[in-house]
Amino acid sequence: MSLRYMIPASKFKKYLPKDYVELVDYGPFGKDYNDVGVKNMGTYKELVEEHPMCSGCWMAYYIKIIFASLPNPEDTVTIGTAGCGRLAISQAAVPFIYGNYGDQNAMASGITRAFRLRFPDRHKDVITIAGDGGMMDIGFSMTMHAWFRRERFTTIMLDNEVYGNTGGQESGMSMEGAILKMSPTGKKFGKMPAMQLAITAGCVYVVKMSPTNINKASKAIRRAIFAARTLGPTFLHVYTSCNIEYSIPTNDVFRDAKEMEKGRFAYEEYMTDEAKELFAQIESKNKREVS
Amino acid sequence: MSIKNMTKEKNWSGQTMVSTDYLLFEAPREKHFMTGSEVLKEAMKRCTVDASVSYPITPQSEAAHLIGELWAEGYVGTYFRGENEFGVMSEVAGCAMAGARTVTTTSGPGTLRAMENFPMWSGTRIPCQLVLMARGINSPLTIQPDNLEVSFLLETGCMIWYAENVQELFDMSIAAFTVAEMPDVHVPIITAVDGFFVSHTRESVMLPADDIALFPYNPYKAPLPPIDSEMPPGRFLRDPFVMKSNYISYATHASWQWEVRSAVDRSRPYAKHFLNGLAHVTGDQDAEIVFVACGTASHQAKEANRELTKMGIKSKVVKLRTIRPFPHAELLEATKSAKYIFVPEFNIVGWLEKEVTQSLYGKSEAKVIGRPRVAGGMSMPVEAILKEVLENVEKGA
Repeated sequence: MSLRYMIPASKFKKYLPKDYVELVDYGPFGKDYNDVGVKNMGTYKELVEEHPMCSGCWMAYYIKIIFASLPNPEDTVTIGTAGCGRLAISQAAVPFIYGNYGDQNAMASGITRAFRLRFPDRHKDVITIAGDGGMMDIGFSMTMHAWFRRERFTTIMLDNEVYGNTGGQESGMSMEGAILKMSPTGKKFGKMPAMQLAITAGCVYVVKMSPTNINKASKAIRRAIFAARTLGPTFLHVYTSCNIEYSIPTNDVFRDAKEMEKGRFAYEEYMTDEAKELFAQIESKNKREVS
Repeated sequence: MSIKNMTKEKNWSGQTMVSTDYLLFEAPREKHFMTGSEVLKEAMKRCTVDASVSYPITPQSEAAHLIGELWAEGYVGTYFRGENEFGVMSEVAGCAMAGARTVTTTSGPGTLRAMENFPMWSGTRIPCQLVLMARGINSPLTIQPDNLEVSFLLETGCMIWYAENVQELFDMSIAAFTVAEMPDVHVPIITAVDGFFVSHTRESVMLPADDIALFPYNPYKAPLPPIDSEMPPGRFLRDPFVMKSNYISYATHASWQWEVRSAVDRSRPYAKHFLNGLAHVTGDQDAEIVFVACGTASHQAKEANRELTKMGIKSKVVKLRTIRPFPHAELLEATKSAKYIFVPEFNIVGWLEKEVTQSLYGKSEAKVIGRPRVAGGMSMPVEAILKEVLENVEKGA
């Protein structure tokens, strides 16, 4: 069982970094979600704590929610690519793979297939977490084809509507008219319809949201992971603003996310009938889990 | 199909598992008549392959179809067609990082499309195998045999072996997994052949029975653990050094890259064993005229050697079987008697001539002549080789 790899030999424990020992003693590994999870953040050792993200970064906040929502953190692998997100994702106490630019969904296709071959009786959750550029521009064909092939893993797009990490260039998910680097006279076309593309390509569960409500955000993440285990690809399109490139004062980041929730990131949830059935089963078993 | 279908003796398709030595050197063999693409299927059938991802491009497509058939027949664990070669090589990386023995094939423009992946493969120390069926690179459009693409792969940190014919492709592609998976090597391997000349040519070939196969890959012997949440993951993947913008990150990157090259070097004794040497020498031992070549060019050089013998001129052929690691010692030893070293090649740039010149620099008095050189699908008739030899040797005399 994979949980064993986390547990240090008792004689070594005192020599290990404090952070690691705290993860073993007070982390979420092997625990009941109701005792950890988003509702209890701050009361246990979280999987991602320190990170180098900017002050007021809404993306860093959402990444913490992702890791606090994992149903099976000891059996999870995350895959990312270039971008701000991976700066925090790679700090989490969950194996993380950085392959090539934008190939996260191709890499994940290989990983999930090999896992199913090697661990046929167990769920090994695979989650790709990348930005709008990584998912919809440079990685577009691999994002789409993984969905068309019905690869069973979860795709999370952290949409800040800009290339943040490289200094604020236009992305396919920027708004029409947005004046950014590489679109000095304003972007000439609109935001790519990621949610519709995901549904068309065969994702069984798709959510678009601005994650202002922690429980709601967590529920979507968990549903996406559960459905991907058996049913097919799942996709979360989440607004994670870039307060630097869009000049959002730190104090207004939450207000901006709330505004987005009323606008182009209004909550939308799509699921197939099969997914609906699955969630009803899981959630009726554990009423405490869903808020 | 899953790993649960395996026992200690039998793999998931019911084949008895044997050592690489038994499979390559001891098992009785029977004569068959087949193409390079067909023989690759036979090789992979005997390798207990976990995963293969494919994409069509001439001339490797048929080999990729046939590996797909192996999957349909229950010999390969998982198989699918990817979206393009870049995606395919990333999918291969995913399979291999998760602990699967993985193979893929490509050619020419496909290799270049996938280029970003190859240094990533070696940097992550995955022991996957790419069977390269070399063809020309556009533009102008060509689908013909030409091995220019190999020059792009030389510094990717992958091992590169070169097979001359159908028989060598069979034996090499089996040995390739074994050497690549050695814990002190553990880097990707590219097994190259000349497209069409080998992929599409039917030759007689000696094969062991198909009810035996290699033992499965054991990812837990890897120097860099698989990313399967069964053991602590490789630190550089979990927490990439680029996140630490300080001297440690620069030093770590440099030493890591150095280690990848050292790992390729450490494959020498294993390759020597399984390939019967990194270079094969034929012809007159004390000849002053020496051909150094790989693949089909070495076949043509051997023909030239026979013609020269008839004319009373001594020559020998040094066929390089590994390009990475480069067989420096073997080349130096084999060219001791040389006054003229001819490097016939199927590409416009003469990458092998450059390799040979660099390897012998300061160590040999011989004149290295990078001719004849043909490209874009041109053939290399023996007459062309003889012409170069006679003209140059006459001039030099």
